[in-house]
Amino acid sequence: MDNNYSNSRYQKQEMLKEFGLEGQHKLSLAKVLVIGAGGLGCPALLYLAAAGVGNIGIVDFDVVELSNLQRQVLYTMEDIGKHKAETAAQKLKAINPEIQIVFYNKQISNENALELIAGYDLVIDGSDNYLTRYLVNDACVLLNKPLVYGAVLRFEGQVGVFNLADPISKIKTNYRDLFPNPPDPAYSFSCNDVGVLGVLPGIIGTMQATEAIKIILVIGKVLHNCMITYNALENSFYQFDISPNEEFLMTIPKDIPAFLTFNYERYCNPKHDLEITIENFENLLSTEQLTIVDVREHHEFPIVDDFIFKKIPLSEFETGIFSISRENKIVLFCHSGKRSLQAMEILKSNFPEVEAYSLKGGILAWEKFKKMNNE
Amino acid sequence: MEINLLSFGQIADIVGKQEIKIAAIVNTDDLFKNLLELFPALESVKFVMAVNKQVIQKNTLLNQNDTVALLPPFSGG
Repeated sequence: MDNNYSNSRYQKQEMLKEFGLEGQHKLSLAKVLVIGAGGLGCPALLYLAAAGVGNIGIVDFDVVELSNLQRQVLYTMEDIGKHKAETAAQKLKAINPEIQIVFYNKQISNENALELIAGYDLVIDGSDNYLTRYLVNDACVLLNKPLVYGAVLRFEGQVGVFNLADPISKIKTNYRDLFPNPPDPAYSFSCNDVGVLGVLPGIIGTMQATEAIKIILVIGKVLHNCMITYNALENSFYQFDISPNEEFLMTIPKDIPAFLTFNYERYCNPKHDLEITIENFENLLSTEQLTIVDVREHHEFPIVDDFIFKKIPLSEFETGIFSISRENKIVLFCHSGKRSLQAMEILKSNFPEVEAYSLKGGILAWEKFKKMNNE
Repeated sequence: MEINLLSFGQIADIVGKQEIKIAAIVNTDDLFKNLLELFPALESVKFVMAVNKQVIQKNTLLNQNDTVALLPPFSGG
């Protein structure tokens, strides 16, 4: 019986008639790039490596933190502080030494995206921000690479396949056909703002890996031109069909030169000028008098004692605003930097002349910065 | 005449429930205006609409018992 299989490692899947030795051979030749080795990337990578996808690339600039372990299942306590891409590559090699794994400990950007993606047949988007999502989508459109999209928030997830033509209609769609432009960052939540159930990216990331395997093997119904939503609390799955959207042609960089010069930072965060980075904030703290305002609600954690600030919760900001001294530069902060951007709008509409900034990434980013500098 | 309204992500928080029924409305443009009156917080939230599981980009006529979904983008990963 064993002689019918290339390798006992893959016996269970080679037994599937849709798979067989031929399917395994296709997987061994496939090149898949996973962008983001976080909540979605970890389960997707685990199953792709275990299944024997021959060449896997992993892109992530970030390092493992304690708060990642609740859902980023490739990492252990010993990995805290280490690069995710490199650490993930080591774990996957231990699971399956028969495949090639390349890691990129860097942030994907206009400059490197095309070169990175060009070397792969298929891309899995496991990123956690709109900037990367639009950049990766646009690069995949320009290079004509299938993109398996996944995203999660709280108890909900979305998964879909972009930029892969339906075999019958020949129609293909991408992320911009669904959402031609990114949302206002002050009003769009991330997992940092509202949390996520740990198993949710596990489910969605595993679905992304499943779609990738189906695409490589050319089996089953692939989610091209559609998106599935899953709600863990309601146990509901919905599938939505996506059709080409003319607006996408107006918003996407039309060719490679346009892509290379497209300012994704400004595009995804038009309020960029209103923000101050943690590094610049720390510099200002030591060089000049600042008026710092915490716009988090009462009793929110963590308690901040690194600098002196005034507390005006966003819910009371309209009235509380008049008590802010406008002599100094003003820095507003909240938990993750969203509500402080909303507060900035109120501040600027009342006092357009003040020099004020919203702390980018909020107190979460400040705590992370402190931790890194202490090490 | 009624329409089923399905909300996802933060929109479900604003609307209050994942699934509600609302009085029938002629088309999606009118529905959009009506929703903004009912739920002013929707003004600042980006979403697309799907009618009977087809994502739409243009004003679309609605019929009785149609299901309209309000889908916001998610970025978490």
